Amino acid sequence: MSFVFAGLLTPFRYEFFNNGIIVATIAGALCGLLGVFVVLRGMSYIGHGLSHAVFGGAAASAVMNVNYFVGAGVWGVASGVIIGRIARRRLIGADAAIGVVTTASFALGLALLNRYGQAKKSIEAVLFGSVLGVQTIDIVAVSAVAILSVIVVVALYRAFLFATFDPEVAQVSGVRVAWIEALLMGLLSLTILVTMRVIGTLLISALLVIPASVARMLTNSFARMLWISPVIGAVSAFTGMYLSYFLDTSASATIILTGTLMFIVVYAATGLRGRTRISGLHHI
Amino acid sequence: MDEVLVECAHMSCAYNSTLAIKNIDLTVRKGDFIGIVGPSGSGKTTLLKAILGSISPVEGHVTKKPQLRMGYVPQVETVDWNFPVTVLEVVVMTRSSTGHLPRVTKDERTDALLVLERLGLGGLENRHIRELSGGQQQRVFVARALFHQPELLVLDEPTSGVDVRTRHEVLHLLADLHDEGVSIILSTHDLNGLAAHLPRLVCLNSEIIADGSPVEVLTPEVLEQTFGAPMGVLIHGGMPVVVDGVGADIAKRMSRLD
Ligand SMILES: Nc1ncnc2c1ncn2[C@@H]1O[C@H](COP(=O)(O)OP(=O)(O)OP(=O)(O)O)[C@@H](O)[C@H]1O
Ligand SMILES: [Mg+2]
Repeated sequence: MSFVFAGLLTPFRYEFFNNGIIVATIAGALCGLLGVFVVLRGMSYIGHGLSHAVFGGAAASAVMNVNYFVGAGVWGVASGVIIGRIARRRLIGADAAIGVVTTASFALGLALLNRYGQAKKSIEAVLFGSVLGVQTIDIVAVSAVAILSVIVVVALYRAFLFATFDPEVAQVSGVRVAWIEALLMGLLSLTILVTMRVIGTLLISALLVIPASVARMLTNSFARMLWISPVIGAVSAFTGMYLSYFLDTSASATIILTGTLMFIVVYAATGLRGRTRISGLHHI
Repeated sequence: MDEVLVECAHMSCAYNSTLAIKNIDLTVRKGDFIGIVGPSGSGKTTLLKAILGSISPVEGHVTKKPQLRMGYVPQVETVDWNFPVTVLEVVVMTRSSTGHLPRVTKDERTDALLVLERLGLGGLENRHIRELSGGQQQRVFVARALFHQPELLVLDEPTSGVDVRTRHEVLHLLADLHDEGVSIILSTHDLNGLAAHLPRLVCLNSEIIADGSPVEVLTPEVLEQTFGAPMGVLIHGGMPVVVDGVGADIAKRMSRLD
């Protein structure tokens, strides 16, 4: 009995695993929190686009020997604000423009890594994430962004809610909608930046969408979504990461699959009610 | 003359460089109760948004009384009914500059419940906005606008899709508010049920075709020019009643079919 128990605890004997699971859990909660806005505003393509743009910045900073957080951070926040601007104007072809620019950034990053990077291994790590490379600085970074996001979302709760639900009326009621949107894009870019090393470029957008969609099925209240979604994100990240050790699978893939499983269970359990609740979400 | 709240002078507004409304001259004064009528796509919503300031004119200008408090009730079709908010959350939403935290304070709650009660929405504060009838949904947004204690209330088609009784209720409510000193401007498709009861009508079809009392404005000539369809006008109890010019003819053709 104690043998089985000890077996269940084995992964925690490794420091890299402990660091990885801490970062992943906080990342899951953080993506869950900001994912609420991503999902309700129907901008999941922005999460997808941003992660690809940040990849370009990450690659460039690796090649130029600039610190990852500085290089990819500047690149990511800049592209976040620009993407937000393009999306806000709702010009015809805005989606296409964002798609082209971010995919180009991604391709550029890939080419840079091919040409100047060390090995295939590092590309795989950026695409799919890696627990092995997690350092203390990652824990500090993801915690800092998480705390910042919570403070911003709580302190500006009403403005965020109003700007998300009804931007036009919010604007005329004195909410600085453009500013709120820029802030949201900035936080999203930072989130992608600090979680990318664990989750990887390709699967971050899923982590932004799944917990929030599950939360939406469970509640009709925006305020409740804001805590349910981070809890679901954290639980799927923790569980997925833990299982990946035993299943010998990619951590990020296992995290997303855990989240997907929760989605399916909740979808089935809430029945028609859950289905109508998410039917209004665009592009999930 | 009463104080000017909003003045549009030679104003034109456009979407992607296509003009939606042009050369609008319109003055809204304190105590006004104005109805805007016109066919679909004639620019009613655009005009209201220009007055609110959510779109800016490409030509001419809009001037407002400084610090004018406005409440806006959007066309129900434009609301995202799936959004996870309750009635109470919608109503207090406008206090985003004073209320920061997610928690609704006791004072806010009391104020909001009073407004809801007055609009006949008492007891519905915790319902999701989709779990309401069309008339109730409409009134939630009226409640949100009133919570802001507006001097000018702007409503986009407040009676679209509601039954006769609800329409009467909305009309009575607006009349009460107007008596209390709230100035009102609204758009409507309902010529007989709503527009004919208002003191002042503006006929819009990209441009202002006519502006005046129902008796002055609801004439076959103006209506034909506004709606591009023949219409007749009867006077019933001193009030104009618009009748569809096509009616008799169509009925004859239909009856010949069977
Ligand atoms: N966001 C937009 N982008 C492009 N064109 C628009 C937009 N909104 C309205 N239009 C166009 O502007 C014109 C005026 O539209 P508006 O919505 O003001 O009409 P409306 O009188 O309110 O119509 P309805 O009675 O159907 O509500 C229409 O030709 C419409 O196609
Ligand atoms: Mg309209």
